[in-house]
Amino acid sequence: MPAFLLYLVHTLFPPDTRQPTELGADFMILVTGIGIVYILTRYKKWRWLWREWLTTVDHKRIAILYLIAAIAMLFRGGVDALMLRTNLALPNVQPIGALEYNEVFTTHGTIMIFFMAMPFIFALFNAVIPLQIGSRDVAFPRLNAMSYWLFAFGAMLFNISFVVGGSPNAGWTGYPPLTELAFNPGPGESYYFLSLLIAGIGTTITGINFLVTIIRMRAPGMTLMRMPMFAWSTLVTSALIIFAFPPLTVALALSLLDRTFGSSFFTLGHGGMPMMYVNLFWLFGHPEVYIVILPAFGIFSEVVPTFSKKRLFGYTTMVISLVSIMFLAYGTWVHHFFTMGAGPTVNAFFGLSTMLIAIPTGVKIFNWIFTMWGGRIRITVAMLYQMAFIPTFVVGGATGIMLSVVPADYQLHNSYWVVAHFHNVLIGGTVFGLLSGLYYWWPKMFGFILNERQGKVGFWLFVIGFWVTFLPQYLLGLEGMTRRMYTYPFGFGWHELNVISTLGAFTMGAGFIALVYNILWSLRYGERDLTGDPWNGRTLEWALPSPAPEYNFARIPVVHGVDEFWAMKEQGMTLANQLRPQDVKALELPKNTGMPFMLGLSFFVGGFGMVFEWWPIAIFGGLGVVACLIYAAFDYDDKEPLPADVIRHTEGTFGRLQA
Amino acid sequence: MRRRVRSSRRAYRMLALAALGLGLLVSGCGPQYVVLHPKGPVGQSELHLMAFAAIAMAVVILVVFVLFGIAVVRFRDYPGNRNPYTPHWHSHKWLEPLWFIIPAVILTVIAVPTVNVTYALAKLPPSKDPVVINVTSLNWKWLFEYPNQKIATVNYLYIPVGKPVLFHLTADSPMNTFWVPSLGGMEYTMPGRILPLWLEASKPGVYWGHSGQFSGIGFEKMFFYVHAVSGPKFTAWANRVRATARPMTLTAYHQLLRFNTIGAESYSSFPASTWPSVSHGFTLRGGMYLLKSNNPGATAQH
Amino acid sequence: MSTPAVSERHQSIPVEFADEEESIKITGFWMFLMTDMIIFASLFAVYAVYRSRTALGPTPQQLFHLGPTVLETLLLLTSSFTVGIAVWAMRHNRLRMVFGWLIATLVLGAGFVITEISDFVSYMSQGATWHVSGFLSGFYVLVGTHGAHVTFGIMWAITLLLQLRRRGLTAVTRRKLFTFSLYWHFLDIVWVFIFTFVYLSGKIA
Repeated sequence: MPAFLLYLVHTLFPPDTRQPTELGADFMILVTGIGIVYILTRYKKWRWLWREWLTTVDHKRIAILYLIAAIAMLFRGGVDALMLRTNLALPNVQPIGALEYNEVFTTHGTIMIFFMAMPFIFALFNAVIPLQIGSRDVAFPRLNAMSYWLFAFGAMLFNISFVVGGSPNAGWTGYPPLTELAFNPGPGESYYFLSLLIAGIGTTITGINFLVTIIRMRAPGMTLMRMPMFAWSTLVTSALIIFAFPPLTVALALSLLDRTFGSSFFTLGHGGMPMMYVNLFWLFGHPEVYIVILPAFGIFSEVVPTFSKKRLFGYTTMVISLVSIMFLAYGTWVHHFFTMGAGPTVNAFFGLSTMLIAIPTGVKIFNWIFTMWGGRIRITVAMLYQMAFIPTFVVGGATGIMLSVVPADYQLHNSYWVVAHFHNVLIGGTVFGLLSGLYYWWPKMFGFILNERQGKVGFWLFVIGFWVTFLPQYLLGLEGMTRRMYTYPFGFGWHELNVISTLGAFTMGAGFIALVYNILWSLRYGERDLTGDPWNGRTLEWALPSPAPEYNFARIPVVHGVDEFWAMKEQGMTLANQLRPQDVKALELPKNTGMPFMLGLSFFVGGFGMVFEWWPIAIFGGLGVVACLIYAAFDYDDKEPLPADVIRHTEGTFGRLQA
Repeated sequence: MRRRVRSSRRAYRMLALAALGLGLLVSGCGPQYVVLHPKGPVGQSELHLMAFAAIAMAVVILVVFVLFGIAVVRFRDYPGNRNPYTPHWHSHKWLEPLWFIIPAVILTVIAVPTVNVTYALAKLPPSKDPVVINVTSLNWKWLFEYPNQKIATVNYLYIPVGKPVLFHLTADSPMNTFWVPSLGGMEYTMPGRILPLWLEASKPGVYWGHSGQFSGIGFEKMFFYVHAVSGPKFTAWANRVRATARPMTLTAYHQLLRFNTIGAESYSSFPASTWPSVSHGFTLRGGMYLLKSNNPGATAQH
Repeated sequence: MSTPAVSERHQSIPVEFADEEESIKITGFWMFLMTDMIIFASLFAVYAVYRSRTALGPTPQQLFHLGPTVLETLLLLTSSFTVGIAVWAMRHNRLRMVFGWLIATLVLGAGFVITEISDFVSYMSQGATWHVSGFLSGFYVLVGTHGAHVTFGIMWAITLLLQLRRRGLTAVTRRKLFTFSLYWHFLDIVWVFIFTFVYLSGKIA
């Protein structure tokens, strides 16, 4: 027995994970965990947690779950970033060693892309899309919950790697053969492959769900060309997801087979070919770039008209550019590895296709500017992020065009120029967009408005911090500093710019703290949104009370044009006092179910067992998955009636029922 | 409202100042900006193209910033704003196509030289007999083999000035990239494939190189130094190494395969089997960065 | 989707699409099939690249014997036909017939899986495991993924039979049977590609 315990401790907590940072993380997790359990028990909230949240299938609640996860992951990824920047501030000064640095830059990238940006986007999809297109829920509410729990447990599996067994340490792209067993014997990379596989299934299902929701569940009269632009970007993003994630699944699965079951796909010998992984990964990876940026484009296309008090300029060209980006996104993946010797013809082709995709993106920038042109711009936090986005993203796009110039890429590839470029588009594009959307739709999600003054403080800290962090990194690239070095020698002239960059990173960190403070403050003191339309909005979600009742629309509206709600308001018709009591019909709502949670848990257990190759646990998890699926197949009790009286009562309290 | 306007203006001024300061920093650009001070024709033409693209992009950035600035300044919502308010103006029959045309024109301007230089750099300069160096990246060191001089070095290399050098790149380890920023762009070293890359130094000097692709725990130690010397000095160096250094045996090669970092080494010879060949399961079709007819080493070697 | 002429004359849309909610689920299932198609496309691409990377192991020509694969093809193609009849019977409300043809499909599918496994076992007993070469890795994963899909389909068919027994033909069970048939036809198409692209062309080249 003691031998077994010793083995257990040694496997789960190998010596190299007993560093101060890991022990600190262990301690924090323990304290937070005990705290949560204590509070739930003290206030008898376990039942509430299970009934209201863990089993929910309501898209508005799932949105909140996604958002909580995204902000927690933004924190984790941000702390990782600050650790990296601290290590790089001065030459040869290393608060964390190479071992941990390699783990931290890997988790930083993976978490920010897969476990921060993606759930943040899905939070807004879930919160907004059904309301915007005039629907009562998404097409498959139970699958929606399944997506969430697969993502959540995938994220959890990834996150525990830092304290249990060791994190992955081969970069967020996980190129073999570095990820092969011969070069990476610890459990870290298995964590990486399994958690991304599990979360990836969830993401694919989300893509299917929203694609079908938008194709099949729009309100009567809402033709595709009358849809709000955010719904359009969701449609295109979903299509990108369902075509982009399968190659990733294949790449990850083959790597996992190599590691765990000894196949020979990406090995050094045996006819293995590491470059195949690179192709498959970027066949996913480049569309992924657009998967995270197009929703931000959609958000801006909602925010700009609202706060310019003017209709979106160039609706048709916006749609054309979205759809052409969708197609072009699959034709540019090789630009991530021009320097892998594909030959001048291939390189020139992909260089040109990359330039081509800049055209529709440029179109969108001009359209936003001309939406503001002739409008009346109100400078709110949501609008400020948009106003920071345009210059930032144009610079990021321009440096990207320089990377598409193949010979220039030979000098810039894998240097800090690339690091600066993709942070410039991912933060300046995606994160600014998501924060803009967060401030914009927050009242709709929670029923109160985030404080604008505090929001502006956070905004300036974040945006100034961003520029101070990443402009120096462009220059570092020109100085020849390559990415992913955990430290660097004196005498290359790199230290000055690195110090500046680190200061900027901490300023961004302060911006994040301001955001969290704002949320907590506004939770208590923030202005309540009683009208449901705090920004003088233009689309259907603002026609509903904040937060929307669980059935969304008591009566599904009929749509006559773009910006339906704006048109209603121009005709003096809001939804208040409109509904005649006799028009209210009884509804059926999807019923809560614990299956998605149990399915996610089973995947988690199975994945954990596979990471350590403890087969009984892995098989147990696998059987759990099968059991959940069989249970779901035989569960016909998936609807709950909602009597008309209840709806009448709810609508009455919002003052929407005719007296 | 007024106060808010002023604060946002102040912020924009601050941003402009910051941009200006950084611009000055670059224009001062000391010698540490290695990419901006190339010491060979390859780096030179890459820099020219980069600068050209940067200027074209600066035009785009300028246009967008000016339009955006005007929109923000003129159309803010404050009492007494007399600029026209046109809430229903949402499309324009020639402005919208123009958005497609402007970027297309600018990008075409960049695209033409891009394609030209991409092909040009894939050709060794004609009528110059290149020095061939076989590069193998190991964990975490660089092995350079000179098949014609029959010598090998670790973590440093000598090249003659004014002569193109043809590198054949491979790896007996995870991937790395071979990068000497003063001379020109990088190329991957990959197990199972051999990629060619040519560089040339036009000025004598010592230039540092580094791996650009993360390859594990000793990655940041993968610096190496390129000594560019005159032709006679290069020959003299090669002769000296052949005369004085110890030969590399297979045992020595296996020691190099260990996962560690070491300093510079020289070898008077190397066993033929260290360079990957068909019998090792390598595909020599490998890289096609250089046009086939123009890649003498790739076939001659094996 | 082949809609029998008979039912077209009687009603404008096939019965499994009649219920709005169920028809949305069919749309969703088509989307799922698309993602699955991309998975197979990626695996085919992988196999195409690895086909020549045989290292020290056998080449496709040395490895494959066509006999079992022809048998597998026959079994799977026939099962595609039988599931088609089951759907036809479902549209004509003949529950007993649905049972019969679904069970036939299931048995043929099981025959396919057993033949494939025994084929794999014989390859492996010759030492051709996937550790040996990139080609064998690509082969086992491509063909094995298809086989795993068929196995999953068999389990699905069993739960479907149980549901049909308990509930008869309702809007839900009709939709489930129809999506199962889509899935099954899809696997059949993938197999046709595997048979020609992997086995036949491997044997000829």
